[in-house]
Amino acid sequence: MSDKELQRLTRRGFLTMGIAAGAGVATWKWLRTRPRDGGLQWPFRRVLEANESLSRGYFSTARLSPEFRRSDISRARINGRLGLKPPIDLKAWRLRIEGAAQPLLLALDDIKALPQHEMITELRCIEGWSTIVQWKGARLADLMAKFPPVARAEFVSLETPDRGYYVGLERESALHPQTLLAYEMNGQPLPLLHGAPLRLAIPVKYGIKNIKRIGTIRYTNVRPADFWAERGYDWYAGH
Amino acid sequence: MKKHPLAIRWFHWINFPLLALMIWSGILIYWAYPAYRIGIGDFTLVKMNLDQTTWRALKVNNRLAEGMALHFFFMWLFVGNGVAYVAYTIFSGEWRELLPNRHTLRDAWNVVLHDLRIRKEPLPRTKFNGAQKLAYTGVIVMGIGSVLSGLAIYRPVQLSWLTAMFGGYPAARFVHFWLTVGYVAFFLVHIAQVVRAGWNNFRAMVIGVEVVDER
Repeated sequence: MSDKELQRLTRRGFLTMGIAAGAGVATWKWLRTRPRDGGLQWPFRRVLEANESLSRGYFSTARLSPEFRRSDISRARINGRLGLKPPIDLKAWRLRIEGAAQPLLLALDDIKALPQHEMITELRCIEGWSTIVQWKGARLADLMAKFPPVARAEFVSLETPDRGYYVGLERESALHPQTLLAYEMNGQPLPLLHGAPLRLAIPVKYGIKNIKRIGTIRYTNVRPADFWAERGYDWYAGH
Repeated sequence: MKKHPLAIRWFHWINFPLLALMIWSGILIYWAYPAYRIGIGDFTLVKMNLDQTTWRALKVNNRLAEGMALHFFFMWLFVGNGVAYVAYTIFSGEWRELLPNRHTLRDAWNVVLHDLRIRKEPLPRTKFNGAQKLAYTGVIVMGIGSVLSGLAIYRPVQLSWLTAMFGGYPAARFVHFWLTVGYVAFFLVHIAQVVRAGWNNFRAMVIGVEVVDER
């Protein structure tokens, strides 16, 4: 190969690479300057939603989160106090159900009257840590069967009494057999900072969906608002 | 002399920014729970963590949501490019140059001795020497490990069999993290070798041909 030929190849190669690098940088700049949707530039939000569709397509309520032994239970960790600020009178507390044939107010004993389930599962925080917790409670699926929605509910919204924290679930995760309305944790009644009197234990989701101190459960066909999804996180947050 | 096919050059240079983005977004995620260290028992040699002032100075703090969004966006491109590369090496026959064989281990040892100036004899002139074969095949195995351990922590219930293969959720996260440290180590050695090998070799990765001294 002549020197001239080599020179030509070199020029062409580096020019191509320069153009490709420029195109890459331009694409990156474009992505980063798109208008935000739920705290996230919309192309990233769309891809999270596409990932969600794929995951939901594969999801089965028959696949369970692994269960552990009693000796595996780890020290409980308090990581979220959102919606737990106002003082609460546990005796006066009622669970409000919206979207059923008529609005309902349930006492804790109404929840305890549903079949009791216990499980020792992993709570995986979106930050990356995980703990093993024993839960006791009623299946959300059983509550939904006993107090059914007027029409088939595609989503369930759960909120703290002050609406300081709220999460949305799609139908199949709400109906998963390990999705519990928990009133006991590690063999004790639920402590206040772990969400007394009633919280959600949902191992098919990240910890952020395990809402504490539930005030309202609403059946809906509109994708419910979700506290962290409004702040840049994946709405689905599923496992 | 023709050296690197056009397709492999593209796969290589596309992988570079994608891997960088995966590592960077991974660090944004890791910040939220920087749990790992190098050490035995109570003895810690290196904490895989920085103090908050340094994290802040590097602008890595409080960007978990962004890190996850980037990670779950670019994972598709990163995996797609990696799969395309492996498929290409298989169908083009390039794998014959890359896959280690029964001589590779001895060759690789000679390369190490040569590079450390312990062994004087020149290395045989093959496209990739033993150390390169091990490194370039090893990094693909690492890539497969990253994808699998990544899936294991992405969907640990629906893919619980995979998570169990890694020994559970925390173990899968551990593997995913240390493989990433492995890429950084690979990158450092790779850059050092490219600098050592010089311009002609580097240019070959851009234009495809390398000038061979016939004397």
